[in-house]
Amino acid sequence: MLSIKNLHVSIQDEKLITKSILRGVNLDIKPGEVHAIMGPNGSGKSTLANVLAGREDYQINEGAVSFDHEDLLSLSPEERAAKGLFLAFQYPTEIPGVNNMYFLRTALNALRKQKNLPPLDAADFLSLAKAKMKEVGLDETFLSRGVNEGFSGGEKKRNEVLQMMILEPSFIILDETDSGLDIDSLQMVGRCVNSLRGANRRILIVTHYQRLLDYIQPDVVHVMANGKILKSGDKNLAHELEVKGYGWIESEITS
Amino acid sequence: MANKFIKEVVNQQYPYGFVTAIDSDTIAPGLSEDVVRLISAKKHEPAFMLEWRLQAYRHWLTLTPPAWAHVRFNPINFQEIIYYSAPKLTETKKSLDEVDPKLLETYNKLGIPLHEQSRLAGVAVDAVFDSVSVATTFKKKLAEAGVIFCPFSEAVQKHPELIEQYLGTVVPYRDNFYAALNAAVFSDGSFVYIPKGVRCPMELSTYFRINTAKSGQFERTLIIAEEGSYVSYLEGCTAPMRDENQLHAAVVELIALERAQIKYSTVQNWYPGDEQGRGGIYNFVTKRGQCRGAYSKISWTQIETGSAITWKYPSVILQGDYSVGEFYSVALTNHYQQADTGTKMIHMGKHTKSTIISKGIAAGVGQNTYRGLVRMLPGAQYARNYTQCDSLLLSDTCGAHTFPYIEVKNPSARVEHEASTSKIGEDQLFYCRQRGLKTEDAINMIVNGFCKQVFKELPMEFAVEAQKLLEVSLEGSVG
Repeated sequence: MLSIKNLHVSIQDEKLITKSILRGVNLDIKPGEVHAIMGPNGSGKSTLANVLAGREDYQINEGAVSFDHEDLLSLSPEERAAKGLFLAFQYPTEIPGVNNMYFLRTALNALRKQKNLPPLDAADFLSLAKAKMKEVGLDETFLSRGVNEGFSGGEKKRNEVLQMMILEPSFIILDETDSGLDIDSLQMVGRCVNSLRGANRRILIVTHYQRLLDYIQPDVVHVMANGKILKSGDKNLAHELEVKGYGWIESEITS
Repeated sequence: MANKFIKEVVNQQYPYGFVTAIDSDTIAPGLSEDVVRLISAKKHEPAFMLEWRLQAYRHWLTLTPPAWAHVRFNPINFQEIIYYSAPKLTETKKSLDEVDPKLLETYNKLGIPLHEQSRLAGVAVDAVFDSVSVATTFKKKLAEAGVIFCPFSEAVQKHPELIEQYLGTVVPYRDNFYAALNAAVFSDGSFVYIPKGVRCPMELSTYFRINTAKSGQFERTLIIAEEGSYVSYLEGCTAPMRDENQLHAAVVELIALERAQIKYSTVQNWYPGDEQGRGGIYNFVTKRGQCRGAYSKISWTQIETGSAITWKYPSVILQGDYSVGEFYSVALTNHYQQADTGTKMIHMGKHTKSTIISKGIAAGVGQNTYRGLVRMLPGAQYARNYTQCDSLLLSDTCGAHTFPYIEVKNPSARVEHEASTSKIGEDQLFYCRQRGLKTEDAINMIVNGFCKQVFKELPMEFAVEAQKLLEVSLEGSVG
């Protein structure tokens, strides 16, 4: 169970002015469920994703997040990763000179160590990686390149999905993974995420648009605006939003 | 915040800071013409050497220390320095077994493979302790190939004609203040001669160690590669931890004749001073190679992690047509370390080519400066240079500076310069940690990735060493 209770988060900008971003978010995700959070720019969706993953730029003012009965907010990012939390980044960063395959294997073996599993050797890892690369549509040459170094936007996103497929995390957060992707890539993301759907896995999809949800059927759709979840419903809510726009929800709430 | 972690990672103890209690033959501090004569006499040098030293000394008296480098320190009192200190030898040693066991123990502590280990590693080692060369391994195997690899002082005795022909021809004593000082008082160093057409059968390696307090180390290295020969040479350096600063003013001269290749690698880990900036080595070094013959090549690779202040510009004079000069550098400054380092590529011949890859890493309040000169002389038809210099900042209090000088006097020559400065990304760190890597491992991974272009130029076994050294030097310093 992932349970977010009354989460209030702010950030300090470069001029040291504090801006409140999340203003009381409540959200429960049970094992096996897929949730989607939609909302306009600046609504706080990505902040929520980053706060859950442990990004330290934010100030947590109130509220709690428990993850399998543990206080998630007290854990470091690497501890959260070890517990199975995975964030597919909206803007994956480049790490020049660090071999993609080496990076992936180090990450996988760090997680395996946590689970008291023996490290995967280079040969075993290579065959695993090759199989998964086929699924995400990345050429094998990407293994020997630097992490995201010189990758196109779409290639970076595929590399995120590749990491997700290899690490097989128990709580996946996709932060606008669909943005900037063509139809083929969207289908691939859908296929991969669906292949990971399972009884013990939680998936949280953060997105602007409904189109990714054509490929991944969420159990619950939330609409976020102004740092709050304004409305939750089933997948039809996503369609309704697509037709009526976000303004509709906000006016509905205020009226 | 990540900064705190970076600080922890970057701060670590200097593991080589011990002093060896050993009986030394040391002359009183201070410099005069008599001291120069005394050093020359202790070395039983021929007259031409003494004459050269005296000329250098007299010239040095007319000079003032250079002040243009981007480094700050109190003036050095050259009369307080000990110019000669040698482990006391009762008689000449015939083999390693006769070397003072304490000395060998020191080298073992430093991880230097003097005995069997070195045979396994296939590395020939010359070890310079304070001022004199202690032992050179593998002389025999090298001799079979016709390679001369010995202490400089021995070369003066056994091969005076080579010394007289080449000494000071690349770095004349008039070159600069510290080069003049070195010429006057240097007490030892390494000498390498590779005969025509010979590919040196092993990596040659020298380790330098300053042991005696208040002593300066002034070594001099001369490498001559005859036509069509090849040699790869590596030097490493350490020193005890002391509160006062010690001066290291070395000179290295490389000469590559037609189609010869010299690969010179340095892993410099002199004591950098403590976290408050007390003590540490002043590393003021002049290194220069001359590609005299056509198609010759000189390649400098340096990993500079030690010293309180580093001031060095390993350079190449590209005289022969189609000759190639390379400079690969990683310079790390942590705590209060300052580095002003780079290279000079002087293109004289046609179709000469040079490559400069410089990676500066600054942490703590370290100051890291790249200073490089690319000069295309009128004869440098179709010469080319490519320069890339990148800086990585690990704290908000450190500094990175770049001073490229470019002079082109031939219209067909081409010069490219790329530079970048970036702060170690919170984004990169967070990305790695989100994937389950510890902060420390993430920093090491990012820094190593940053330096990869340079590390791959090092001989395999030293690349691993360099990577480890960087990790150690980084411990506790990014903020």
